[in-house]
Amino acid sequence: MTRSFLARNPSVLIFIGLLAVFTLCVTLMSEAFGAGVISTSFVKTLGKTLCLCLVALAMDLIWGYAGILSLGHMAFFALGGYMIGMWLMYARTEEIVVAALSQGGLPATPEEITQGIATQIFGVVGSSDLPVIWSFAHSLPLQLLMALAVPGVLALIFGWLAFRSRVTGVYLSILTQAMTLALALYLFQNDSGLRGNNGLSGLQNLPGLADTSQDLVSIWFFWASALALALGYLTLNWVVSGKFGSVIRAIRDDEARVRFLGYPVEVYKLFLFTLTALIAALAGVLYYPQAGIINPAELAPIASIYLAVWVAIGGRGRLYGAVIGAAFVSLMSSVFTSGRLPDITLGPVRLNWVDWWLVILGLTFVAVTLFAPKGIGGLFDRLRHIAPPDRKGAPLGPDDGAFQEQEAQR
Amino acid sequence: MRLIACLLAALLCFLPALSRAEGLAAQIVADNRAQIEKPSRQTIGPVIAAIAGSGDAMADDILSAWADKRLVIRKADGALLIATPEGPGLALMGLDGTPAGTATRAEVTELKPNAGVRGLIASALVQFTLTDPDPARRAEALSSIARDPSAETLAPLRAAITTETDPDLKAQKERLERFLTLRFDPDPTARVAAIESLGADIALDTRAALNPLLATTRMVVAGNVPPNIARPLIPGRDITEDEAYALLVGAGLAPARLSPEDQRAALVTHLSGGMVGGIALADLNSQAARDRAYTALEAAGTVPTAATDDEARAAVAAHRFVDAYVEQDRAVTDAAAAALARIDRKVALMQAADLGLDALSLAAIYFLAAIGLAITFGVMGVINMAHGEFITMGAYTGFVVQLFVPDYTLSILIALPLAFAITFGAGVAMERLVIRHLYKRPLETLLATFGISIALQQILKNVFGTQARPLTAPGWLDGALTFNDVVSISYIRIAIFVLAVIFLLFFLWLMKRTRLGLEVRAVTQNPTMAASMGINPDRINMLTFGLGSGIAGIAGVAIGLYAKVTSEMGADYIVQSFMTVVVGGVGNVWGTLAGATMIGSLQKLIEFLNPSNTLAAQTYMILFIILFIQFRPRGIIALRGRAAGD
Amino acid sequence: MKLTRRSLLASAIASAALPRIALAQSDTIKVGVLHSLSGTMAISETTLKDTMLMLIEQQNAKGGLLGKQLEAVVVDPASDWPLFAEKARELLTVSNVDVMFGCWTSVSRKSVLPVIEELNGLLFYPVQYEGEESSKNVFYTGAAPNQQAIPAVDYYLEELGVTKFALLGTDYVYPRTTNNILEAYLISKGIPKEDIFVNYTPFGHSDWSKIVGDVVALGADGKKVGVISTINGDANIGFYKELAAAGVTAETLPVVAFSVGEEELSGLDTTNLAGHLAAWNYFMSADTPENAAFIAAWKAFIKDDKRVTNDPMEAHYIGFNMWVNAVTAAGTTDVDAVSAAMIGQKFPNLTGGIAEMLPNHHLTKPVLIGEIRADGQFDIISQTDPVPGDAWTDYLPESAVLEADWAELKCGMYNKETATCVQLKSNY
Repeated sequence: MTRSFLARNPSVLIFIGLLAVFTLCVTLMSEAFGAGVISTSFVKTLGKTLCLCLVALAMDLIWGYAGILSLGHMAFFALGGYMIGMWLMYARTEEIVVAALSQGGLPATPEEITQGIATQIFGVVGSSDLPVIWSFAHSLPLQLLMALAVPGVLALIFGWLAFRSRVTGVYLSILTQAMTLALALYLFQNDSGLRGNNGLSGLQNLPGLADTSQDLVSIWFFWASALALALGYLTLNWVVSGKFGSVIRAIRDDEARVRFLGYPVEVYKLFLFTLTALIAALAGVLYYPQAGIINPAELAPIASIYLAVWVAIGGRGRLYGAVIGAAFVSLMSSVFTSGRLPDITLGPVRLNWVDWWLVILGLTFVAVTLFAPKGIGGLFDRLRHIAPPDRKGAPLGPDDGAFQEQEAQR
Repeated sequence: MRLIACLLAALLCFLPALSRAEGLAAQIVADNRAQIEKPSRQTIGPVIAAIAGSGDAMADDILSAWADKRLVIRKADGALLIATPEGPGLALMGLDGTPAGTATRAEVTELKPNAGVRGLIASALVQFTLTDPDPARRAEALSSIARDPSAETLAPLRAAITTETDPDLKAQKERLERFLTLRFDPDPTARVAAIESLGADIALDTRAALNPLLATTRMVVAGNVPPNIARPLIPGRDITEDEAYALLVGAGLAPARLSPEDQRAALVTHLSGGMVGGIALADLNSQAARDRAYTALEAAGTVPTAATDDEARAAVAAHRFVDAYVEQDRAVTDAAAAALARIDRKVALMQAADLGLDALSLAAIYFLAAIGLAITFGVMGVINMAHGEFITMGAYTGFVVQLFVPDYTLSILIALPLAFAITFGAGVAMERLVIRHLYKRPLETLLATFGISIALQQILKNVFGTQARPLTAPGWLDGALTFNDVVSISYIRIAIFVLAVIFLLFFLWLMKRTRLGLEVRAVTQNPTMAASMGINPDRINMLTFGLGSGIAGIAGVAIGLYAKVTSEMGADYIVQSFMTVVVGGVGNVWGTLAGATMIGSLQKLIEFLNPSNTLAAQTYMILFIILFIQFRPRGIIALRGRAAGD
Repeated sequence: MKLTRRSLLASAIASAALPRIALAQSDTIKVGVLHSLSGTMAISETTLKDTMLMLIEQQNAKGGLLGKQLEAVVVDPASDWPLFAEKARELLTVSNVDVMFGCWTSVSRKSVLPVIEELNGLLFYPVQYEGEESSKNVFYTGAAPNQQAIPAVDYYLEELGVTKFALLGTDYVYPRTTNNILEAYLISKGIPKEDIFVNYTPFGHSDWSKIVGDVVALGADGKKVGVISTINGDANIGFYKELAAAGVTAETLPVVAFSVGEEELSGLDTTNLAGHLAAWNYFMSADTPENAAFIAAWKAFIKDDKRVTNDPMEAHYIGFNMWVNAVTAAGTTDVDAVSAAMIGQKFPNLTGGIAEMLPNHHLTKPVLIGEIRADGQFDIISQTDPVPGDAWTDYLPESAVLEADWAELKCGMYNKETATCVQLKSNY
């Protein structure tokens, strides 16, 4: 099965091969294992970019393949980050508290330890009780389970409600956006028990590894992110290349007909929605320990819209397109906003890249939507000489798929 | 404290009154120069009282000048003088009334007494101003008494009522006299009468006068019973046992309880040979073991006995706890309680009315922000993420107009149509250049307009900066329409409400009564058919989109008037606006109205239930909307039949 | 804040391209400037970046430092909290800066903390903040709560006779912690808990009518009400407009703000707000020759006669000059040597008096209370003697036992009761 699957999808091997070579190169050039040409902060940046590529893959599956424009996947991404962040903070604080209490003469009681941790973590936001949602934070396996369970269950419930009521198209986009906003606002509140606007911080310091250099930690996370991306790519390619993939593409193209053919459209959609939410959460789990801090601004609705932007620029409906889009746009963004590109003087006006980058990005995006709906991925089609059908002129029939004037004349 | 000040004042007043009072005020000022330059409300009282009581004709002028920040020090010679603005500079006058030339503002340092000191000065000036020929100063005196009521002012106030000629001021004085009477009159019957004369007046100052009479203290009944008990307290029902025990500890009737920290410290100090109270150190890692160790130490007498839970419960049960009135006279507290009960019923009604007004006003704002979308999204089905930026553009238009037209009324009158024109143009341009090509791909319209949105927002930021810009309402929109002290609404919100109603009517008229509206409806329902009937769908789409955008521009001016003008203001409204349209039901302006009303009232209701956390109101409101859409996916007012489409 | 991930790869790209040139060069002393130049915080932080550039230019005109010229390394963390950590790491390891001046929000500082503690960097933080922190690697040149909030409350209690308090704040760390401290302080001053009304609103909140109504209604029980506002940024505009519309005057219901300065007031018409208060360590209207010179230099540098100065600018001014003096005293830019030399540094405030760097890495500063004037400036109506900054507040039981002392105890979180150092690194 696997053999034939790979044979049918040569791009998977190419992709994984390229990723492996890239990982090897970065490792050899890193400060931890080799030449030290790439600084630790850049290794972290690359690791984070790989996580973003992974969540872009999920977005491509749900939008590019199934046609559901979800503006909520960065919320699942951030939720995953929050869940792993809780363990990181708790465990790191526990070490400090136990060390401090042991100096006090008596061995510490469990209550004292919990109380000490709560004071340390929540003292910043003016509270000293550990909220209920931190109940599992003491255990890495439990909290890892939570990192998948919380976004997964949320996606399941939300998706069930939404698909059951046949909310589709732009309505679903608006609804997912509302969900993201509600979640962000909820997390912004102090009462939510996740430190409000302050978020969870210091996540790059792994508990028990206080003396390990960040040079090493950054490379570990880079490997983990690369592995996750490779596995994600493999899984999703497998999902979309079989019969299942054909059904979801059919749902994208005409949902009603698929339903009339007897397929349980809602179940398919719900499965996809939950699966992609889980992948996004996994990406978040790997992303935030590299970023070091997570706060509710990370799941503002605009972050999810940017995710859609990456996928669209990279090319929808092809997995490598999503990866290219995410890497390319976030890379370009950083180059242009680094403040290091020289200003361009146009007569009396000085063009500062930091100020004008968003304008350029916005307009590029309009241009891509209008003139190159296939995004960067379209370039590969050109290389392989797959030309899109040249459909010009007014449609001759009432439907979108109807013959158009010039096609009919051929 | 105040009494001493008055006595001192009286003393200072009478002694020199035998001789000439002239120049005395200046003398007192000179004697207390250091305090007057850096006054504190805590200590300056006697000095002010002395000046006011000096009998010097200049005392009034000196104190008034001081309170108005017109008492200045001339930098050249350090002289303390009274300054009056004269042209660009200041005319100076000595404290004894002799002119002292002029100075520029840079040549003097003003004394700046703080608001507390200014309040004291105003109170001291009451004796001059209560009977001042100028009604404005008399009114000032009254507000000073109202802010800072005291027993001493009762007599002069009563005396001043009969001579008052202005009917408004007279009424105010009488009202104030009643407030002072009910608090300070020595005769209880007079106080009760004053309370009863208030009826069910819900004014804030009435409640402020009555409530202090009902102030209570929470206490343990030990020995003599307080004379005027408000209510008995039963531990476990009215107060928790812990609170009750804390009262006992506070009254010295019971020993304090042992906190975990103290216990820990006690155990550490009695640690010997790795054992405390017979328990090994390593075993002390649970609370139960520590309690056992401490009990052992207690038994050995090495640590003070701490109350156990049972002892504490017994001690609480053995005592009575009450809330006792500070006011000793039962008749007065009864009358006040009855009056307040009357007032509270009325206040609750008024609060509901006020909440309703707030909700209506918020609904109007949401409606105004969303009505443009009701056209572009609701009627045409185009998702325009740049709608928020059109709102922003409208607000900035208002700001720019105010830069050139300083008259606020005129500038708003110019800004409204100009904002419409500019955003109409922007909308038409956007429709022609982008949206026209994407009518068949609604999801991509969403993303393309989002691209336009971030580009526009950044352009506005680059042009106008990130700093908030002032957009000031004309003077006649300042202030609020006040029904009473509970129910009021600012004029600017009324204006927004009126604007929302105008747009509602305009929209209805346009869609139902005009040729354009007919054509718009036709094109929306079936463009091909409309085209065959001779309607140009391109033109109609363009005009409709422009219209929706133009209304967003006007909404921007209105929203900017009551809140901030920044490049991100529109983005704050975009998600809410989409919700408003979706919840209300697409394609129907009544739906948008219903959606805005529902969202506005709901938000205010949640805010009312949880007043300390406004963020929660917004969160739960959105959650509610999400659930609502699950159960009514087509909104409150759903289109039926073929118009509903899919 | 909104554009979260857009600048991830930024400088690292540049750093990969230009590996390690910095190490070889030592003819300049590098000063990192870590302030957001884009995003929501750019409004406040850009001014501070310009202030730093001005100070560095002035110092170079005086002949530099240790015989070398100073070189500013400006980066843009784009109001994106994770990016602050990223940029700080890059400044320290790639640009090899000797000192950093930066951050505005508490979140950004907390984001940077682990990085500079790991790499032993040096940061000067110029903004009033909530306290409860003292890092070996940070010097706090803004006000701690006891240098701004507590004196303002004292002013209310003593000078205005306020007995009922409304604490209104934007929902984030600084207002939360400050209000917590204030609540504990007020209760210790005998104000009952039910006379303290607390409300939190989101960033950029605009619908204030109900909240203002609620606050006005607090006066119903005859007590004098005062509002303490930790409302941040844009939201103030709607708030003050609503106050003016409701006819709330400073005489009946004073409002003291901790986050409203000259810069914020330039966004609205202040004629109806005259008399409301703000508490800072610096006001532009301070009448001293140093301040006049500073304002003149600033206006000349920024080439705009209308620009205002504010409190965090003064904090950078003091912090930068102290750092210059400490480096001169230590004879090196080595972080540990400079940190040791920093403690005890004295430098004149712009408002008169001398600021001194304490062993807990906070400054002594005078507390000023100003009344808003119709022209958007402040009348200074109260100026205290310099108050030493307290890292751990005395009004919360958990913090009261803690102390920070980097000179004697070498600990930022020292428990006085158990006489142990709770932890060497900071909470973040």
